[in-house]
Amino acid sequence: VSRRSAGKVFVLHMGMLALLFVAQFLLPAYHHTNLARIMVLATYAIGYNVLLGYTGLMSLGHAMFFAAGMYGAGLPIYYLQFGALQGFCLGVLLSLVVSTAFGLIALRTSGVSFLIVTMMFAQACYLAILNFNKVTLGDQGFILSKSLEFVALGPVRLVLSDPTVKYNLALLLFAGSFLLSVVLAGSPTGRVLIAVRENEERTRLLGYNTFKYKLLSLAISGGISGAAGASYALLFSYVGASFASILYSIYPLLWTLLGGTGTTMGPMIGTGLMFYLVDFASGLTSSYLLVVGAVLVMLILWSPQGIMGAIRTRWLPWLP
Amino acid sequence: LSVAVSGTVSYDATHESRGELDQFYYGSLFMSFGPHLFLALLEGTVNAFVLALVALGLSLVFGVMRIVNIAHGEFFMLGAVLAWSCSVLVGGVPLMGFIVALVISPILVGGFAVAADKLILRRIGYQPESTIVATIGLLYIIQQLVLTFYGPDARPVEPPVYFRVVFPWFGYSGYKLVVACLSGLLLVGTWLAMSKTKLGLYMRATQQDQEMAQAFGVPVRRIYATVFALGAGLSAVAGVLVVPIQQAHYLMGLDPLLLSFIVVIIGGLGSLQGTMVAAFIVGISDGVVSVFFSPTLAKIVATLLVAMVLVLRPGGLFGKEDS
Repeated sequence: VSRRSAGKVFVLHMGMLALLFVAQFLLPAYHHTNLARIMVLATYAIGYNVLLGYTGLMSLGHAMFFAAGMYGAGLPIYYLQFGALQGFCLGVLLSLVVSTAFGLIALRTSGVSFLIVTMMFAQACYLAILNFNKVTLGDQGFILSKSLEFVALGPVRLVLSDPTVKYNLALLLFAGSFLLSVVLAGSPTGRVLIAVRENEERTRLLGYNTFKYKLLSLAISGGISGAAGASYALLFSYVGASFASILYSIYPLLWTLLGGTGTTMGPMIGTGLMFYLVDFASGLTSSYLLVVGAVLVMLILWSPQGIMGAIRTRWLPWLP
Repeated sequence: LSVAVSGTVSYDATHESRGELDQFYYGSLFMSFGPHLFLALLEGTVNAFVLALVALGLSLVFGVMRIVNIAHGEFFMLGAVLAWSCSVLVGGVPLMGFIVALVISPILVGGFAVAADKLILRRIGYQPESTIVATIGLLYIIQQLVLTFYGPDARPVEPPVYFRVVFPWFGYSGYKLVVACLSGLLLVGTWLAMSKTKLGLYMRATQQDQEMAQAFGVPVRRIYATVFALGAGLSAVAGVLVVPIQQAHYLMGLDPLLLSFIVVIIGGLGSLQGTMVAAFIVGISDGVVSVFFSPTLAKIVATLLVAMVLVLRPGGLFGKEDS
């Protein structure tokens, strides 16, 4: 980001966050809840975009990180009566451990093999959740208490099921990961990650340990995805195996591609559009996942850059 | 082994009641370890033959076209659903419907694959990652269209032949052995086609060096379409073979896809011999673990096996190190 465009970038990103903050006072209840959900899912997409967009590694197994966050937070709260904040931290921690351990194994492969390995490991995690259904309650999942509090400082009690608390915590999560991704994209580390994406051989020749950078990227990506998973469990009070299924690995890919890979605002825009498209289609037919397939094929054929990518090429070359 | 063929069982027995009969034989608590293991190996071998067929298709497509087809399992599912359709449309003796399905479904599914190749894959220049995204899209399109037109139910198909092979300890469905034999024949047939025919020569040339093959007048584009159709066709035939054992359902494609991935990775991407060997390792061990423990555990074990292979040999057991 050059000095001249830094101001524009700052205004644009802060503007987006301000818009999301103001939106809660304007939206009707239905869209209010939807937008809270979209912000949590967009956080997941931001995590995914760190790996795909800024490091050039495509994963088909991010659901395992999302689920690690979800179960890492949900299980201790459900069984051991942990608090929400403790649960959240445990969820993020677990997803960091899972993504780092997975990276140490899977990053030994590259390209197509890496893709297949991510997909298989995620499926193994999904099957493991089903297999140990005595603890995880498998497909049925479990519901967290509606009276779960985020913080309780004397008279200040923030109950997670309260719509205003829910919305603003989702916004906080989104803003945190959004700003993290913006900072990362402009940082020296982010530059190296982009170099790995553009040409890994050459980056290695320049003396960078590309394996370490890829592992770092995978850990950040997994950690953000896990934070999204943990928040999803806390804010929407439900933990279930379906969030570990292959569909939840495909969704962040789709959201990121639609919004624009390697753009900071793309994940949010892609997630929002796709959420409403799927919502609309599911009102029409039970085969609503057809739109997922159709959008993927159309994107790849006609607009592989996605929405923000196209805007960047045509009009706003300074977009990070 | 005393092998008795009892072809006289009346056809009015429903599929479900036969299933119960099998359950009775297989689940017999009195069976000791030896026969139990034998049964597990038998089940595993039948599995392995079908798996080999599906994985061979995936491996051929990867080897020649250098692309991963995520929709491969959906071709398997399409084969199974078409087999059900044929059995309903043809009616009468199940054998007729089966034979019609064996001929028609690879042709239809292969035709569909050619269309997908022409309309989608060729346009994105077979770029590996774009192709993966496109085939994921294709997966959902096929799966959801089948859900729309075929519905969410699992539907059984009568086995085309029905006889029991009676071992001293248990009776075994003869049709499963027929499945193994037919798969074996198809595997040998594909291998002969690859090694003896001109088309096979073209395919191998394209696999080794696409540009050089083109320079020597190999119609690379047509070979790509043919290979994609062949891979899809093999998968569809496996679906037809399996449907009398396992009912046709719109979500049945995922399991064979993941198992074939495991096979193809263990065998080394693009190595056909490796694929065959790995199919038998994975198929039989999957069968054994499934019978003694649970099918879910078997899949988890198989995945961890792949992790081990990748840690020790990133290129797969039989692949080149650089892949």
